[in-house]
Amino acid sequence: MNDAVVLHFDVDGENFTSAGEASVQVKKTLRQMGFPPEVIRRVSIAMYEGEINMVIHAGGGKADVTVDSDKIHIVLADKGPGIADIDLAMQEGYSTAKDNIRSLGFGAGMGLPNMKRYSDHMEVESALGKGTTITMDIYLS
Amino acid sequence: MTIREIMELLDAKVLACEESLDHDVHSACGSDMMSDVLAYVKDQAVLLTGLVNSQVVRTAEMMDMRCIVFVRSKQPTPEILELAQESGIVVLATSKRMYEACGKLYSSGLKPEAVGDVQ
Repeated sequence: MNDAVVLHFDVDGENFTSAGEASVQVKKTLRQMGFPPEVIRRVSIAMYEGEINMVIHAGGGKADVTVDSDKIHIVLADKGPGIADIDLAMQEGYSTAKDNIRSLGFGAGMGLPNMKRYSDHMEVESALGKGTTITMDIYLS
Repeated sequence: MTIREIMELLDAKVLACEESLDHDVHSACGSDMMSDVLAYVKDQAVLLTGLVNSQVVRTAEMMDMRCIVFVRSKQPTPEILELAQESGIVVLATSKRMYEACGKLYSSGLKPEAVGDVQ
């Protein structure tokens, strides 16, 4: 029985340039552990989208990744403004990002839909004024 | 085609990872919107873009891309180039605009592949 590998990251909400560092680290770790490229890519993209979201919407947050024998489990938690209408936020193309975010190449309303697309299971819990926690699982067949 | 051939077709300069110029690539995409690259691109090895910031390199890295081509004479900062070098991604810069750059590569055999028609 292998012990799960647990990775924890604080995502800096003040620094757009460093956004994605946690995802890069996860990608490197999974590569070292010998996972198939397709699994690594799905985890990396799902987490990167979540990390960008935390930086542009929520002022940063915490990311925890657990590599278990049957799945990779990602928890992204922030204390941002929360999501008013989760169903609406899950629609492709819907975004509350401002123009300054779009000028950085993000805010097309694809973040959450992409996270859902690249994960096998995803849950979004959000409370206005308190924050958002997103849980994603990528199963290892 | 090799990344070196892309450089020659676009009269581009190489700014990072020159040692990988002879890598073979088979497909490309063009977009200024990284959200769309993350959503629609699959297995394209080359990203043409007019957006210049460090997230272009991170996006390319997440998508396992081999080469970024900055169009319209955009100049990446040393910080961006360092990130690309660390990530093993070749950076080219051309004065050509997006449409012409994509057109030249397409007509020379570099294909869009899959669903990746982002631009």
